[in-house]
Amino acid sequence: MIGFIRSLGRWGLGTLERLGRGHIFLMHTLAGLPGLFLRPALVIQQLFSLGVLSVLIVLISGLFVGMVLGLQGYNTLVDFGAEESLGVLVSLSLVRELGPVVTALLFAGRAGSALTAEVGLMKSTEQLSGMEMMAVDPVRRVIAPRFLAGFISMPLLAAMFSAIGVIGAFIVGHGLLGVDEGAFWSQMQTKTDWYGDVMNGVIKSIVFGFVVTWIALYEGYDATPTSEGVGRATTRTVVHSAFAILGLDFVLTALMFGDI
Amino acid sequence: MPLIKIRDLHFYRGDRAIFNGVDIDIDRGKVTAIMGPSGTGKTTLLRLIGGQLRPDQGYIEIDGQNVHKLSRSKLYELRKRMGMLFQSGALLTDLNVFDNVAFPLREHTKLPEPLIRDLVLMKLQAVGLRNARKLSPSELSGGMARRVALARAVALDPMMIMYDEPFTGQDPISMGTLVNLIRRINDAMGLTSIVVSHDVAEASQIADEIYLLSGGKVIEKGTPEELKKSSSQWVRQFMDGLPDGPVPFHYPGSEFDVDLLQSEHES
Ligand SMILES: Nc1ncnc2c1ncn2[C@@H]1O[C@H](COP(=O)(O)OP(=O)(O)O)[C@@H](O)[C@H]1O
Ligand SMILES: [Mg+2]
Repeated sequence: MIGFIRSLGRWGLGTLERLGRGHIFLMHTLAGLPGLFLRPALVIQQLFSLGVLSVLIVLISGLFVGMVLGLQGYNTLVDFGAEESLGVLVSLSLVRELGPVVTALLFAGRAGSALTAEVGLMKSTEQLSGMEMMAVDPVRRVIAPRFLAGFISMPLLAAMFSAIGVIGAFIVGHGLLGVDEGAFWSQMQTKTDWYGDVMNGVIKSIVFGFVVTWIALYEGYDATPTSEGVGRATTRTVVHSAFAILGLDFVLTALMFGDI
Repeated sequence: MPLIKIRDLHFYRGDRAIFNGVDIDIDRGKVTAIMGPSGTGKTTLLRLIGGQLRPDQGYIEIDGQNVHKLSRSKLYELRKRMGMLFQSGALLTDLNVFDNVAFPLREHTKLPEPLIRDLVLMKLQAVGLRNARKLSPSELSGGMARRVALARAVALDPMMIMYDEPFTGQDPISMGTLVNLIRRINDAMGLTSIVVSHDVAEASQIADEIYLLSGGKVIEKGTPEELKKSSSQWVRQFMDGLPDGPVPFHYPGSEFDVDLLQSEHES
């Protein structure tokens, strides 16, 4: 019993310590951001590997999610004779929820895990130590550009996801199920609010991008420098990111739309 | 005055003392070998000198500056004048050979690109790999990777350079190349070199001075000739590569026959 309490205590302290180190790491990273204005090439390179290389998976997933939404939404709406509202249903679901959340989950799986593995491997092959000994701060040189690139990519990817999702729903709704084209678009335009819906979705995707990139980079930077350690860190990135995204989504939704 | 002065160095990992009162002087312009069995803390010593680890007691002075009392920016300034060769080479895997050697120049100088190119080619020429400059680190053999790392370590013309186990895992030819290079670069560039190693033959071949470490202490120091003549049992065991002696072959614990008799009742 005492042993259990003791190990619980040790676990708690360990977790707190990791959280603390994670925040120090974040501060250090943020302090490195201004220096990147002088070296945009570093960021552009990362925008490519984090953002551009994630575009395809985001577009394909977005298309299918939109098509499924179109089908499901139509089946429900048609019972009430409200199938004209399909456009609104789809755009609100995507812009408010599915766009940011699903994109963030995909981003964690595609880009986050790659970030952790890359940084973890750089650590275990002493590349980060090597930089320190060459008087180059690895947090500024390696971590900060990746952080900024992840932070910029996420909202753009989420926007693409939502846009292609709407197109997918339109293909299914209009092309397959015969929903009126004018009604689909005009209802969507009048009922989707720029600030209330679109901007809140954008804020969500910015928050998720920040958190996922932070988790991924910290897990890599803090990984045990062995192949097993890097493997575990990569898993942790995906799991912790998923929890963080879904948990934060609830909090943000409550704040934005909950009237709490 | 020695370039590096280590006094009363204590360093602990948890409760275990890695260093327990170590004094070392590294003289300018010389090649000093620091030798000892694996796990004695040779790599740890280099990291302490480089300021990546802090001693628990004692101090390390480089060129009159206490490494662990420097501010972060002063420490970085000092590191620009130190080269270090990691055991693995620690080349940046996303850059090719040329860009790896150019890395410190691009990070720390504002030299125009044509000049950087000339400098990099000069350094690569010195290690015999000028024509390998387009290769990526994954295409290099272990010996080549170490030579590239060496070219990179001297890119900024440092005052000193530290080698962590440069001979481990090398075939006889690259071994000979490296031994020559370390000596030649030291003398030609007027450097001070620290070579950490457990390869007795190679280290005594290039070193001007050798320190033998064991159990967290300096066991013996002297020129290679002095150590070869030493009568200390420990030095004899290490220098002659005897399997058993003051450093036991067996990990400490219970006796063999006791274990055999007890095998049924393993707790
Ligand atoms: N990060 C670390 N955490 C805990 N112990 C370590 C760490 N790095 C090294 N050690 C321990 O310190 C001792 C000295 O290691 P090291 O300096 O690498 O030895 P050497 O280079 O002489 O083989 C070893 O016994 C090793 O187990
Ligand atoms: Mg070592």
